[in-house]
Amino acid sequence: MAAPIDSASDVVASKTSMPSLKSLSAVSPLTLRIIAECPVTKARACDLKLPHSLVNTPVFMPVGTQGTLKGITSDQLEDLGCKICLGNTYHLGMRPGPALIEKANGLHGFMNWKRNLLTDSGGFQMVSLVELSEVTEEGVKFKSPYDGNEILLTPEKSIEIQNSLGSDIMMQLDDVVSSTVTGPRVEEAMHRSIRWLDRCIGANQNPEKQNLFAIIQGGLSADLRKTCLDEMTQRDVPGFAIGGLSGGEEKDDFWRMVTLSTEHLPRHKPRYLMGVGYAVDLVVCVALGCDMFDCVFPTRTARFGSALVPWGSLQVKQKQYAKDFQPIDPDCKCPTCKRHSRAYLHALFKNDTAAMHHITIHNISYQLTLMLSARQSIIDGRFPDFVKNFMRKMFPSSDQYPSWAVDALASVNITLDQH
Amino acid sequence: MKLELSRVVQGGYRLGVLREIGRASTSSLEVPGCLLYTRCGTVPHLTQDTLHTLSPLPSVTQLTLSTVAEHQEVLEEYKDGFKKFAGLHDTVLYCSLHDPLTPRPAGHVTNKTVSVWGSGGRIELTVGRFMALQKALRPDLYQSMADGETWQGDATSRKRLRKSVDRTLAHLDECLLIHQQTAELQGVEVLGVVEGGDSLEERLRSARETAKRPVGGFCLDGFQTGSMDGPLRTQLISAVAGELPEDKPRLLQGVGRPDEVVACVEAGVDLFESFFPFQVTERGCALTFDLDLSLDPERAGITPSTPVLELELGEELDETWQPERGRDAELEDGAETMTPFEMDLKDTKYRGDFRPLVEGCGCYCCTNHQRAYLHHLLVTNELLAGVLLMLHNTAQYTAFFRALRAALANDQLELFKTRVLRIKRVV
Repeated sequence: MAAPIDSASDVVASKTSMPSLKSLSAVSPLTLRIIAECPVTKARACDLKLPHSLVNTPVFMPVGTQGTLKGITSDQLEDLGCKICLGNTYHLGMRPGPALIEKANGLHGFMNWKRNLLTDSGGFQMVSLVELSEVTEEGVKFKSPYDGNEILLTPEKSIEIQNSLGSDIMMQLDDVVSSTVTGPRVEEAMHRSIRWLDRCIGANQNPEKQNLFAIIQGGLSADLRKTCLDEMTQRDVPGFAIGGLSGGEEKDDFWRMVTLSTEHLPRHKPRYLMGVGYAVDLVVCVALGCDMFDCVFPTRTARFGSALVPWGSLQVKQKQYAKDFQPIDPDCKCPTCKRHSRAYLHALFKNDTAAMHHITIHNISYQLTLMLSARQSIIDGRFPDFVKNFMRKMFPSSDQYPSWAVDALASVNITLDQH
Repeated sequence: MKLELSRVVQGGYRLGVLREIGRASTSSLEVPGCLLYTRCGTVPHLTQDTLHTLSPLPSVTQLTLSTVAEHQEVLEEYKDGFKKFAGLHDTVLYCSLHDPLTPRPAGHVTNKTVSVWGSGGRIELTVGRFMALQKALRPDLYQSMADGETWQGDATSRKRLRKSVDRTLAHLDECLLIHQQTAELQGVEVLGVVEGGDSLEERLRSARETAKRPVGGFCLDGFQTGSMDGPLRTQLISAVAGELPEDKPRLLQGVGRPDEVVACVEAGVDLFESFFPFQVTERGCALTFDLDLSLDPERAGITPSTPVLELELGEELDETWQPERGRDAELEDGAETMTPFEMDLKDTKYRGDFRPLVEGCGCYCCTNHQRAYLHHLLVTNELLAGVLLMLHNTAQYTAFFRALRAALANDQLELFKTRVLRIKRVV
């Protein structure tokens, strides 16, 4: 049994002096308390205290790119138990722009979200909108899809925008390359990300209220990742993200980079694995030592009628559900499942956008509940059983277990049962 | 179902309460009032949770066969009626034939059938199928099947109008016969449908004949916005009302604009569909009624607490938020033109406006969000815009009816018309 670890001797994310840091106040805007550690794997359950509320980890953070979570009100999100969600610096920086949001009392005020916000730096758009961007040492030049204007997103500019947005966690601007790219560009991007991290730290006007996270890069090269880890962990930032993954690379490479990263990241700071959101990936990466996750997948797939369930997913729009009068998941306690059947949702998809909202709510609930269950099992000392049960429900027979997941779990001492 | 009228103006409006509606006979609905418009049981954009941030809601929910006819098999297998199927609790269900906003191509009505258009195309209904649907849906009240294809105005011949009246009466009689033999429909009320297009003679005939049947109330059909001009409509409705019993409700289909609503209330209509807030929502606009008749008109629209903000680009804040006068320009996608009771939130002047949509509105949107945020949601095509606007517009519309009833009760109809509808009195 893992004994809960007392916080007193542990884990305040202290800030040691670093030449490039601004002066610091006494109260840190981020405190991590490790509640329990799994003795078998690298999983941990933590309490992450942020300016707007406490966040229990492991945690899944839904993505509200443009200052809204696709049809869901702030109240609905709050009622689902969400304590932290994402906004996007690139999109919000374009529309409506940082000046306006600052006037609205930051992004919290603008969207009326009282809990925590994490903003991405705009870096990922370099990959997703690669046709429209050009990278130099100075920053990323984007051609705006809305008016054709060119904007230069530098580390300083990104932090300036995020300071205006007022998010609780800000991400550094990193030099992002697609995980399928190989060659010298990967190394160049890794080193540049370190230099940009220092520029971001220097540019942060609100270190006492906003937490700047570093993002570990290095592609799929263990050496490059290790170099990046060694360098970045010397900077005193309140948390670290593992970036540059979850982009189409082989899963066998993916998990190895994740576990390498958690191996070399400080125990007492949160680890945020960016862009990961499929249920199997979440569970495995919790086992590998990650605390925080984000992904557009659950909310995006909902709008296509795909409901996430413990045994995979359920395409509500398919004919077979037209007369299926059960809820999406009879065991689910979300508002959608408490009131509506698959048949009704199937019918509603032909008529009204509200059908999408019902599934979005269910999917967010599914993701949050999955993480909550993982957390509780870590606290109760039965995380390996949780993982095995999860995998058994997800894959009807053991020869369907993805081999990468089997390997990854084996690397942290979980052997999946044969059935 | 009982209509208790507290006020009746001969040849004019009525004020009262429709009581004991529904099988449980516990619900009531104040008149003049509106139903709650839904598509397949859902108020557009809204889940039950967001819908119920609104209070009070109209106690009668409207469902149309346009949005459910294609699900007949499913409902027959379900066996427990539409309310349970849709997760609707605590509401009375009224089923009408056509969705007021779904286009109805002409030329598909026959002596024995009418058609509705669902997501998969046209569905033809005989009375038999119509009643089978009612049996599967188990509404609390429904309109009988009707031939209402009379909106082409002058193009609809006298012969065609006569046919629409004859067919509708025949359908009514057949519906009633089947109704009486259907166990699932005991205690359910049927509304007879008055047709006749723009012919006074046919309208009177339809009204008189329909009134002879044992119906719970009357649906006035063929008066949809766009089918005839306002004065002719109110003239015909008045005439029809003269032929209908005083103690049964009159529901008018297809009319939702506030000014048209008031004109029809004055002609004797009790109930309206509430699709208008949805139309306003779909064009990215918010209803803005100034409903407090006690306010000094000089100060109407200005609240002392309104913060004055400097907008970007040196724009001046417009303190008096009078909505734009109705624009004549057609909007995209054939959306109806904006009315004088709305603000167009896509307008850049709202970009830096941090006030609620309507001060004192009290709806979820006005309590939690600002014009600038709604503007942003519309500019970025975000789904939440529809949710928030639907909540606001529904709240405004039901408040409009509440204020109308209060004005009627307090003899302030003329003041109401001047202030709320901004109709200048012709002296």
